[in-house]
Amino acid sequence: MSTVQLTERPARSTLFDGLSRYLPISVTVALLVALYLGGVANYPNFGNSQVVAKLFIDNAPLLVIAVGMTFVILSGGIDLSVGSVMAFSTMACAWLTVDAGIAAPVALVLVLAFGTGWGLFIGAVIHRFEVQPFIATLVGLFLFRGLTLQISDTDVSMREIGFFQWGMTHVDFGNVREGGFWLPYLSFVAIAVVIIAFAVLHYTRFGRSVYAVGGSESSALLMGLAVARTKIGVYAVSGFCAALAGVLAAFATKSANPLANVGAELDAIAAVVIGGTLLTGGAGFVLGTLAGVLVWGLLNTLIAFQGNLSSWWARIAMGVLLLAFILLQRVLARSGEKRRA
Amino acid sequence: MPDIVQMTGIRKDFTGVRALDGVDFTLKAGEIHAVMGENGAGKSTLIKVLTGVHAPDAGRILLDGRPVRFHSPAGAQAAGISTVYQEVNLTDNLSVAENLFAGREPRLGPFINFRAMRRKAKALLDDIGIDLNVAAPLSSYSIAMQQLVAISRAVDIKAKVLILDEPTSSLDRDEVAVLLGVMRRLAAEGVAMVFISHFLDQVYEIADRMTVLRNGRLIGSWDTADLGENALIGHMLGREAAELEQIERVAAAHHVEDETPLAEAKGLGRKGSIAPFDLAIRRGEVVGLAGLLGSGRTETARLLAGADRADAGTLEFDGKRLTGHNPRTAAARGIAFCPENRKTEGLVGDLTVGENMILAMQAARGWARSVPPARRERLVAEFIAKLGIRPADPDMPVKNLSGGNQQKVLLARWLLIEPRLLILDEPTRGIDVGAKADIQRLVAELSAEGMSVLFVSAELDEVTRLSDRIAVLRDRELIDVLETESERTHERIVDTIVARGGHE
Ligand SMILES: Nc1ncnc2c1ncn2[C@@H]1O[C@H](COP(=O)(O)OP(=O)(O)OP(=O)(O)O)[C@@H](O)[C@H]1O
Ligand SMILES: [Mg+2]
Repeated sequence: MSTVQLTERPARSTLFDGLSRYLPISVTVALLVALYLGGVANYPNFGNSQVVAKLFIDNAPLLVIAVGMTFVILSGGIDLSVGSVMAFSTMACAWLTVDAGIAAPVALVLVLAFGTGWGLFIGAVIHRFEVQPFIATLVGLFLFRGLTLQISDTDVSMREIGFFQWGMTHVDFGNVREGGFWLPYLSFVAIAVVIIAFAVLHYTRFGRSVYAVGGSESSALLMGLAVARTKIGVYAVSGFCAALAGVLAAFATKSANPLANVGAELDAIAAVVIGGTLLTGGAGFVLGTLAGVLVWGLLNTLIAFQGNLSSWWARIAMGVLLLAFILLQRVLARSGEKRRA
Repeated sequence: MPDIVQMTGIRKDFTGVRALDGVDFTLKAGEIHAVMGENGAGKSTLIKVLTGVHAPDAGRILLDGRPVRFHSPAGAQAAGISTVYQEVNLTDNLSVAENLFAGREPRLGPFINFRAMRRKAKALLDDIGIDLNVAAPLSSYSIAMQQLVAISRAVDIKAKVLILDEPTSSLDRDEVAVLLGVMRRLAAEGVAMVFISHFLDQVYEIADRMTVLRNGRLIGSWDTADLGENALIGHMLGREAAELEQIERVAAAHHVEDETPLAEAKGLGRKGSIAPFDLAIRRGEVVGLAGLLGSGRTETARLLAGADRADAGTLEFDGKRLTGHNPRTAAARGIAFCPENRKTEGLVGDLTVGENMILAMQAARGWARSVPPARRERLVAEFIAKLGIRPADPDMPVKNLSGGNQQKVLLARWLLIEPRLLILDEPTRGIDVGAKADIQRLVAELSAEGMSVLFVSAELDEVTRLSDRIAVLRDRELIDVLETESERTHERIVDTIVARGGHE
């Protein structure tokens, strides 16, 4: 209808703006490849395909909580309760099946529902009362560790419950002796979680509003987005993921250790950040989180192969990487501000 | 015509401030209704109370005759009220298309259909007359474009009530014309609109009725035809319009004597933002930058201010060639830059008015030597009075101020350090007529005292009134400098721009 055509292509090609979003994740992937090739070059047998498969076995629970954490961090929040909720969920599985004698599938549903409910509750507290997410979820960190120890302060075995064999039942790909590998069901669960999270974050309204809220909560509110639902939703997702990770741990070890997963929330946060998600929210990818978890896994694998290093070196390396990535994010954010101006 | 919105006896208290006091407001179907008032009069608050951002402390709201109370903008939107708030309300980490359709994306089953969304976004922007890359992040576009995107979004929601709170504050002539065209079309379709603007010409061009607020109280509602401009200003400010005229004449009668340039750019340029240009600013001179949106006005100012690094040419200041020019060294030399985008580049929302004002001065002194409290208080009080910042409370967190008053605080920050060269990018945007005149007078006074000023404004009247010389820009190139008094006219600037560029 108008005769004037108002044009404003940005001064510089937007291609760079678009691509700079992918820089951190590219760095992570490059790092992943470098670590892997370094391992192959230095250690015989590192090239076995089972080495990669094992990453998805050992780190399945971490992957699941890191995915939940990605939602929370993208929205601009943080969830410190996941490690404790996870340990509590494993313990609850054991307690419900071994002590209370409830059928395992029912117990499993109860545990998952409880984790989700906890997330909903703490999300509502954070939103309604404008409590700092850091503080609110810290409550969960203490509460659930305490409850876990209250149920049992020693390991509880679930070996008697046949149902828990399911998780480690595995599928062979090729002949395992001749270059093939195997993966247990629980790894498939973790991979499915990543795929679903990817679809939700990138292709649903809920997912996009997570990014919008992380970008600017007040703008999202004024745009008429469902901010309350989004903010509460991400904690529910995180709570569900933490409970699911607890269940996966139950499958993997068939026992519940009350002191398991201490500090797991921090590992998850580190994986998310190394995967390129901004701690301030609004930018990042769930596939980056997958890459972040695999970096963590590969570091541990390398140390295991080396044989004479203590496993703490993985943490030290992770710390250094974290620092590097936080600096990288700052540099990118700054150059972004400059370009925009 | 039936009343669509009826607000009666609205009261809203913020801590220590009564923003609205018994305000009545009626909006009829198909009308364009301007809400007028000074900065801080309560216009935005009225909108926010209507759309569920704030809950009113008293009063009733009827929508289509039924009492309503919204708890969030989402609720108001669902009931058919679509709003562009004064603060550009978009998220700049998402793409243009996503911002346009956030919350109402086209879907296939549960999944967003991005291709359809981009197509619809393109069609929507085409219809309004904007050409953007809809897949690019919103952050890659200027505030003006973001404002147009916000408007497009609000228009597309197809509401029965459309509220535009200072939608034109960073738009240029052509864009304003486009927006007013869209508004007329919507009015013909029966959409009721609320329009808030400090540009009286726009208001008179488009509005059917006006409601005037002053200090949170209703002054009255009139048909536009029944309320002359002077009477309107009188109602808004509670003082006579004649006072303003006087101020303008003060500004006009002013001469530059000193011929030595204070700042001189030779072939200064930066790839992709502004072609190399020569420009000299003499002592005590006001140089205006005129040009359309995207012509490189802001970019030129930023280069001179050291906010961007030049990749060609030289800049001399006070006879010395500047190397490693950046905002910090610039401030130390006495170059102050008041940027265009106050939201992201200027104010610290949680600090108080006084603290925000003192920031630049403190930075210029170095952090070890703090400004003595007594001096600080005196200066802050002085500039609050000079610029008419309201409420005149130095301890108020700046985020609680109205949009126009925030702009004044930012301006005060730079005036406070008594710079030798003051670079102002759109200093009067979103500022009411009274305060605008105050600011213009202040600029004129300062330059008479020997301060050099580079003045960027989309309002040609303002540029011609204040400037001793006017540099005209087009397509990121400085195309002419208008030197003599007879050249410095509105028409001449437009002619220059059109002549150099052929036609669009
Ligand atoms: N969130 C808040 N907290 C405290 N005070 C507020 C808040 N929002 C607005 N105010 C105060 O309410 C008054 C009215 O502000 P409002 O934003 O409605 O003004 P306005 O008419 O829109 O002005 P402008 O033309 O500058 O945009 C001002 O005195 C302002 O300081
Ligand atoms: Mg306002």
